[in-house]
Amino acid sequence: MATLVGQSLRRKEDYRMVTGTGMFVADIKKPGMVEATFVRSTHAHAKIKNIDVEAAKALEGVYAVYTGADLVGRVKPLTQIDSHCRLPKHIEDQIKPFMFNNEEPVLAQGKVMYVGQSVACVVAKNRYVAEDAAALIKVDYEPLPSVVDPFKALEEGAPLVQESMGNNLQAYFHLPVGDFEDVLKKADHVLSGRFTSPRVSSNPIETRGVVADYESRGDQQHIWSSTQMPFEVRHYVAKILGLVEQNIRVTAPDVGGGFGAKGGLYTEEVMLAFLARELKRPVRWIEDRIESMSAARHSRDQIHDIEVAFMNDGTILGLRDHFVLDVGAINYFAFTCAYNSAAHFRGAYKIPVFDLTCKIALTHKTPNVPYRGAGRPEVVLAMDRMMDMIARHLNIDPAEIMMKNIIPAEEMPYSQGMYYKDGGELIYDCGDYPEAMQMALEMSGYKDIRAWRKEGRYVGIGISSNVEGTGVGPFEGAKAAIDAFGQLMIHTGSSPQGQSHETVFGQVAGDVLNVGLDKVTVKCGDTALLGFGAGTYASRSAVNAGSATHFAAEKLRTKVLAVAGHVMGIPAEELTMKDGVVYSETDPEQKMTFAQVYEAAAPGPRCKVPPGMEPGLEATHYFVPPTVTYSSSFHVAEVEVDIETCFVKINNYYIVHDSGRVINPMIVEGQVQGGFAQGLGTALYEEIVYNDNGQLLTGTYMDYLMPTAMEVPKAIQGEQEYYSTRNPLGVKGVGESGAISSPAAIANAVVDALSPFNIKIDRLPISPNRVFSLLQDGQRA
Amino acid sequence: MNTKEITVTVNGEQLTETVETRMLLADFIRDHLNLTGTHLGCEHGVCGACTVLVDGKAARSCLMLAVQADGSSIDTVESLVKEDGTLHPLQQAFSDNHALQCGFCTPGFMMTLVDFLNENPNPNEHEIREAISGNLCRCTGYANIVKAVEQASQALAKQGE
Repeated sequence: MATLVGQSLRRKEDYRMVTGTGMFVADIKKPGMVEATFVRSTHAHAKIKNIDVEAAKALEGVYAVYTGADLVGRVKPLTQIDSHCRLPKHIEDQIKPFMFNNEEPVLAQGKVMYVGQSVACVVAKNRYVAEDAAALIKVDYEPLPSVVDPFKALEEGAPLVQESMGNNLQAYFHLPVGDFEDVLKKADHVLSGRFTSPRVSSNPIETRGVVADYESRGDQQHIWSSTQMPFEVRHYVAKILGLVEQNIRVTAPDVGGGFGAKGGLYTEEVMLAFLARELKRPVRWIEDRIESMSAARHSRDQIHDIEVAFMNDGTILGLRDHFVLDVGAINYFAFTCAYNSAAHFRGAYKIPVFDLTCKIALTHKTPNVPYRGAGRPEVVLAMDRMMDMIARHLNIDPAEIMMKNIIPAEEMPYSQGMYYKDGGELIYDCGDYPEAMQMALEMSGYKDIRAWRKEGRYVGIGISSNVEGTGVGPFEGAKAAIDAFGQLMIHTGSSPQGQSHETVFGQVAGDVLNVGLDKVTVKCGDTALLGFGAGTYASRSAVNAGSATHFAAEKLRTKVLAVAGHVMGIPAEELTMKDGVVYSETDPEQKMTFAQVYEAAAPGPRCKVPPGMEPGLEATHYFVPPTVTYSSSFHVAEVEVDIETCFVKINNYYIVHDSGRVINPMIVEGQVQGGFAQGLGTALYEEIVYNDNGQLLTGTYMDYLMPTAMEVPKAIQGEQEYYSTRNPLGVKGVGESGAISSPAAIANAVVDALSPFNIKIDRLPISPNRVFSLLQDGQRA
Repeated sequence: MNTKEITVTVNGEQLTETVETRMLLADFIRDHLNLTGTHLGCEHGVCGACTVLVDGKAARSCLMLAVQADGSSIDTVESLVKEDGTLHPLQQAFSDNHALQCGFCTPGFMMTLVDFLNENPNPNEHEIREAISGNLCRCTGYANIVKAVEQASQALAKQGE
């Protein structure tokens, strides 16, 4: 009975957040706590000849200074995050991948590979003194040739990023679906293009941060980190420092945004754990924004060279893509983004032949990891820009070309003839894409927009769509319990960075046990809460942890009824529950409160659970999804370009999305709007820029521009609710969809607005200076 | 390090404290006074997360030294809620309209808006957007913040009646 699910309930998280009483990692204070700061590489590639730390060590208030030499034999380097790097055997058979091991020392050993890499670490009584000391450390660098262009990095003789590899081609795969050469012979037309998604930074407003404490009595270590993956942090800290995993507790307290960059493991997390053990006292490190710009991992940086073969009526026969992913100095997440790019290229379109080759290149730049969308916005940009180019080539409306190639509803479930990275066959479970597109066109008044151009305004409209594999496994768990006062408790292994877990899982569990949201307490973000957990990323928590919560709550409900029935002498099937009271449906006076059932079930000599049942009102469930669920969204952007200032203004924006069953509409709408704002930033403003020497040129918020309230309109949203068949709730993930299609929709709209100039947009961001260049090129042509 | 004694009124309470002259106002508020609701997002005056009121005007506490606040009155996000736990109309409106996700930037937005709504109790959408254009939010895409301000301005007007 759903009374909570489906409602826009106010969030349980809000009170502490609006009153300033949340606990972010920088808010943690421990007796005796000292602060760490890092000396970071100022070179893209250089040999470290010497590090002079004497003056720093001598400064009053400094407790310790460490360099790479101090960690040799004691702290292993970081390698790729194994749990995110395994591909099932049948995928390997299809794509014949290779991938070289690569690593990053916790503090640089002998050489540095990118600007921002940790070189030394200072611990002092406070941050001020630590930074004073850091400024006294003299690192003697011998600059080495560096490479920042992935194509140059792949050339013979390019400077090596990872010494253990013979070149910079870190990974490769080839995915053939059908025979593209054959398609080339049949096609009326072939168009090709290069589409570049530049390097960006996810920039959560809270930077990273770690507090580590160590209690030598009992060998207990507690780490608080602003992370998306506390269980991974625990695992890899244990592995890298050679510790007993169960003696480490990792807490992700309130986390101020993540979007991907706070996933995996960072060198700083290991270093802080190590420092707390060395110094036997709590140590804190809070990243500042300037170091965050170079040391927190970046994303995107893909270049796609595509060819598309199609007929005179616009029907696409096949598509070939050669792409390069510039992963920076270390590839932590293997094929995560690259294979996502492969799996999401064709999206809602029916393109039977598809041939994709991926090269992952190392360069002397900050490592590149998944960021909201994770490999999807890059290919959606390529695909939907190409759709627009086909339309213009054939002089047919882009909407017509897209509609012609969209998978018809009656062909669902639809197979793309390949596997998803979790090993499942890539089969869209449900949805109606033509209907969604029709809705989006109608909402936006698509047909009317073009008339405005006749009034001398450069107004344009652009469309993009995506189908997204969401809710990827491998699993997520939940524990449901009732306490002595009758409060329902949910513990999950997946922890939030703003996604509203406490509210959403509270709604799911509350419905199962028929209690209000205030009677449910949800806790997450702590390895002490549950045996196993994966984390919040990849639009997966509502699907996985939500389903785990549902099943755990059902097990608990069954147990509550069984115990109450046993005590009252009534068959469990004749009992029901409401607002924390279990009662007989035929005689409601026969009742027990949750607190009474708790007491009856508690372990001990007076325990009254039915024979064979474990005592205690608690139940745990780990949900393993069969494969991902496919959410989808259709975006329409209406923009106006001022050809004097070259500024692009989004006049209106429309999104129709299907995220399956909606648990809390207000939260889902907020996720879509937030994703759209990030996609808008990617489309128009954001770019991490390096110069040819690998120096970061966008190292502050004065250089790296993110959209403000002046630039982001409200996206008008439309809903489809095609329940997923792959989990008990029918939900699909929603966190990323807003970010995936917005760059392509906006790019297409700008091309449309400037169609009198016949421009092409093949890279982002579409900043005023780029529009200026495009107009100049267009006028010259 | 040089130190200096300063007297400030923080959330209505007068305090005399000795601080290093180089200590940021933000660090003074967070680490010295343990008022951790004021957050640091960029420490170079762009993101607005650290916004507090100095003598009633919104100011970035990362761009001020604590000694520069000597003799001033400072209000932080902790001052908004009533003693009985009742939320300020802005706090209530932020929650009602889902104007926060991770919540990290929220105190800075609200302190900016307290000042703004004092000056302009009945703003239109464009004015609201302009008022918060010096505060970065990476989660919400701003639309619900704008809605929340509209609700709060109406609620505050009712309170004033």
